[in-house]
Amino acid sequence: MYPKQEVVAMLLAGGQGSRLGVLTQKLAKPAVPFGGKYRIIDFPLSNCVNSGIEAVGVLTQYQPLVLNEYIGSGQPWDLDSMNSGVRVLSPYQQVKGADWYSGTANAIYQNITYIDRYNPDYVVILSGDHIYKMDYSKMIAEHKAHGADCTIAVIDVPLAEASRFGIMNTNPDGSIYEFEEKPAKPKSTNASMGIYVFSWDKLRRYLIEDEETEGSSHDFGKDVLPKMLADGQKMYAYQFQGYWKDVGTIDSLWESNMDLLDPNVPLDLNDESWKIYSKNPVVPPQYISETATVQNSLIADGCSISGSVDFSVLFSNVVVKPGAVVQDSIIMPGSVIEEGAVVQYAIVSENTVIGRNAVVGARPETIEDKDQWGIAVIGDNIKVGAGAKVAPKAMISKDVEGVE
Amino acid sequence: MRGNNVMGIIFSNLHEDLISELTEKRIMGAVPFGGKYRLIDFPLSNMVNSGVNKVGVLVRSNYQSIVDHLGTGKAWDLSRKRDGLFLLPPFNNTSEYANRLTTLNSILPFLKNSTEEYVILSDCDTVANIDYQDIYTRHLQTNADITLVYKRDQLPAKLHDPMVLSFDARGKVIDVLVNSNISGSCSFYMNIMLIKRELLIELVNKCISKNTLNFKRDLIQAEYQNLNVYGYELKGFSPVITCMSDYFNANMALMQEDVRADLFNSARPIYTKVRDDMPTKYGLGSSVKNSLIANGCIIEGEVENCVLFKGVHIGKGTKVSNCVIMQDTKIGADSSLSYVIVDKDVVIKDERTMMGLLSYPVYISKGSVV
Repeated sequence: MYPKQEVVAMLLAGGQGSRLGVLTQKLAKPAVPFGGKYRIIDFPLSNCVNSGIEAVGVLTQYQPLVLNEYIGSGQPWDLDSMNSGVRVLSPYQQVKGADWYSGTANAIYQNITYIDRYNPDYVVILSGDHIYKMDYSKMIAEHKAHGADCTIAVIDVPLAEASRFGIMNTNPDGSIYEFEEKPAKPKSTNASMGIYVFSWDKLRRYLIEDEETEGSSHDFGKDVLPKMLADGQKMYAYQFQGYWKDVGTIDSLWESNMDLLDPNVPLDLNDESWKIYSKNPVVPPQYISETATVQNSLIADGCSISGSVDFSVLFSNVVVKPGAVVQDSIIMPGSVIEEGAVVQYAIVSENTVIGRNAVVGARPETIEDKDQWGIAVIGDNIKVGAGAKVAPKAMISKDVEGVE
Repeated sequence: MRGNNVMGIIFSNLHEDLISELTEKRIMGAVPFGGKYRLIDFPLSNMVNSGVNKVGVLVRSNYQSIVDHLGTGKAWDLSRKRDGLFLLPPFNNTSEYANRLTTLNSILPFLKNSTEEYVILSDCDTVANIDYQDIYTRHLQTNADITLVYKRDQLPAKLHDPMVLSFDARGKVIDVLVNSNISGSCSFYMNIMLIKRELLIELVNKCISKNTLNFKRDLIQAEYQNLNVYGYELKGFSPVITCMSDYFNANMALMQEDVRADLFNSARPIYTKVRDDMPTKYGLGSSVKNSLIANGCIIEGEVENCVLFKGVHIGKGTKVSNCVIMQDTKIGADSSLSYVIVDKDVVIKDERTMMGLLSYPVYISKGSVV
């Protein structure tokens, strides 16, 4: 018998994140490194703990090894309690057969047993590809105050961008009367953040019903939420204010990292009252040498910097050798930038070596045809040979031969 | 594979009077070092990296800070069902821990109840990455009863009761001098020894029964001729901290690449309690040269030849050079510090100037507001 938990959070972490290309070749999107020492999943997990949620199910499916290992016992987030904490929930074989998670709703449906054992009143559905700090307890409080069946977190987006999102059209009291998925002509700018609070008895009923519905894609956005709205269930929008970014693309992942360098962006990772927890590698402090110049950058412990680093985010154990230049780039753990190499507007994944005098990426102002420009991405454990050139927007998954 | 038949004992309270400024509010083992460590992290990590699974840490008094630092021992992988970390305060009062011998006498039950054949004993006043496995291997090869770890160097001026050793060609100890007036280079004992557990118990009992309570004189000097005592020379970076100047210089030595490679050997990492600090932020217009910096700092001014611990802030227009600045100290704008050791949680306001000397660094105590 498990002690009752008022709230259980379910974190959808099974997506491949194919738009991140080589970065998610060997790991699931939520495990992608972010911000110099974190992985994306640290944000929702830390938000849960900081919001007082003690039971978190993480639904994995695509390339789960790194993610499983990272989450471990949940200790880095204090999610290793005796009867609760974080549980990794992967698809499994049942008496009636074995199924992969066929949609977001189906993933929760297949884990009804996990949720039921805590006998919760509310279930929070989260996704593992957003960077934000949010107090879910405030959203749950509003859900309770409204006596709602479902509350959807929304954020005000610029009208020009609204057609990229799921838009919630609401009455003045915040109740939702209409969903529009990526509307050509949006009626409002309330974009869904993919964060839902459900009253568990209601959601449970709808999940079972949806599972039995022929032709359903078993997706929250496409099937469950529209059905609940059509049935006249009480659905409300919860207005979130603050920094929130979907980091599902190379550009948005790069931008969100760069946002950490902008003092005007309201995402303070140094805030004692709302820490983002992560697993800390055992490494010495960072060393900045006599020959280094470092400007407006985030650098993690274990790095050794002798070159020039501008507007960049460097993860643990990165080495920048003398004469190397790193600008407007993200360098993931253990990568080495050799003497004279120039890395600009690039994301370099883990344990990669950029050889002497190699050039990776370029500044946008140096490229005439803007369509040819973009962030250059180099996968993990790759060697870019001495003097090699990697064009902007390139996505490198194999070693690049040197030209020297 | 873990486990090698050796247990560890760490004396965390000794030699505090030598750096009384830093130990006013903490014990020797809890003295911060190298940006993110405490002195006890070095012997403790060395033990763990050498396969020692059971470590007793002797704490005499004022041990809140070390209890807070060590916790369950999780950061050193010593929070275990079998063996692990044992904090050993005095059972009744601090007089039990009056000196090394009475301390060992009062933990005899702990020693007797252990099953490991050997014990490695260490103090917390040496900063070094030592492979105890190698000492153990040599101990077995020489069929020694006791192996004493020593260093060949000038005797540190303020070292307590220095014990100088002489050896025969095979490394066997043939002479032991305590507190002699030796000048020039010599082989002095580093307060690290490997000994058979049962022999240690026997020798402690013997000394206690005769009421001869000086560890160096009555246990080592009086017995070495009856036993097989060998030396093990410590090479590489291994400063003993015997005064504030030693402490300062040992921190500054971390700017040397070979010292870092030796001390932070990635095959034998130094573990410590972690805090979830963000990576360090280097602001626009900041300038950092030749410095060792931990996570969680925010640097907007100039930093040169410094060790900055976790969470230090350096304001705009401020210049710090040749300083050791500990955890969470905040320095405002347009200040200037040179040769200063600033303890934890200090606030230095705008437009302050402080200058020490290499031979006499200024010290600012924990929690001060300047």
